[in-house]
Amino acid sequence: MKRALCPVCSGSIDEQFLQLQQLQDESSPNFVSEVVNIYFHESEKLLRNLREDCLVVVDKEFSDYKKMGIHLNQFMGSSSSIGAQRVRNVCVAFRAASEQNNRAGCLRALELLEYEYCYLKNKLHELFQIEQQRILAAGVRYPQQPNNP
Amino acid sequence: MAKNGVFSRLRRLDRAEGVDDFSTCNDSHEVHVLAVDDSLVDRKVIERLLKITSCKVTAVDSGRRALQFLGLDEEEKSVGFDGLKVDLIITDYCMPGMTGYELLKKIKGSSTFREIPVVIMSSENILTRIDRCLEEGAEDFIVKPVKLSDVKRLKSCMFGGNRIQKQDKGLNKRKLQDNSGVPLSPTLDDDDDVSSSPSPPSISSPSLPRSFSSLPSSPSSPTPPDSPTRLLKTSDEEE
Repeated sequence: MKRALCPVCSGSIDEQFLQLQQLQDESSPNFVSEVVNIYFHESEKLLRNLREDCLVVVDKEFSDYKKMGIHLNQFMGSSSSIGAQRVRNVCVAFRAASEQNNRAGCLRALELLEYEYCYLKNKLHELFQIEQQRILAAGVRYPQQPNNP
Repeated sequence: MAKNGVFSRLRRLDRAEGVDDFSTCNDSHEVHVLAVDDSLVDRKVIERLLKITSCKVTAVDSGRRALQFLGLDEEEKSVGFDGLKVDLIITDYCMPGMTGYELLKKIKGSSTFREIPVVIMSSENILTRIDRCLEEGAEDFIVKPVKLSDVKRLKSCMFGGNRIQKQDKGLNKRKLQDNSGVPLSPTLDDDDDVSSSPSPPSISSPSLPRSFSSLPSSPSSPTPPDSPTRLLKTSDEEE
């Protein structure tokens, strides 16, 4: 079940995503979509946290970048685990800004992170739709898949 | 405590076997791994990687729960988990509460469980961190994202019939490779290759194994195990 990196996603995901696809088989036919959905769920929570962290940093006298660092580490980790390379790279830059107590840098990084995450999400949805169509077209070769990727 | 079972073939475990499934397993040779990671995404991935390499997996989300599972937690006794011997513990380094390093220390400090090999995973390749873990008795240190080749190598090194006890620290440290472009195993039906890195020619060039280990290096490892220096390489193995 080896596939080339889908050109739709090229750039925003890396070979780790291929590794996940390789872990999917008849005994675990929805593995990739399950993991990706967990990732989306976690990421949205982390983004909410990061937005709050940025607000705290901008508003308060005492700037606590520690929480931001923790959230970023989590986001970096899960992004790299699914191959979300660009999101991960923005997190790295974001973390560097937070370590330098660079407020403006953090805000810029947050904006970029939101963009990259949104882009990734759209691309992965496209990828899943293409996959679904391929499965339907292949007909008998694949077992029944649930509707929702 | 380690099992020297025979794992000659990958098995696709039944999908119904859940993360917290403690039903007894009839196959006495199956390696039981306790995976510890606070990230649900990573737990899912490591669990799948381990199942695909025919390991039984229990995945928990914190060091505390891991200790409870083992029965090491002072405050709570784990009940009803006898007979589920743990053969390997694989834990994330960065976790809230108890870090993987602290968990490692607790395990190595326990007379009952100190023999269980512990592997640390981390998304950061910080050499002092790696050193610290190896010195504390970790068998291996894997840089995330964890790949199938990492798990296969771990399993065959530890349970392939040549169980090596914890080696002298400082030996067999390997160079670190950047996370880019590690090629994937061509199939999931590989037998017990010691290393499932799929393209030996490219491995023998600048790209290097992705873990630090007190275990002997696999045959396809390009670097001599006692290489004194560690370099960060950024080469790609394959386009």
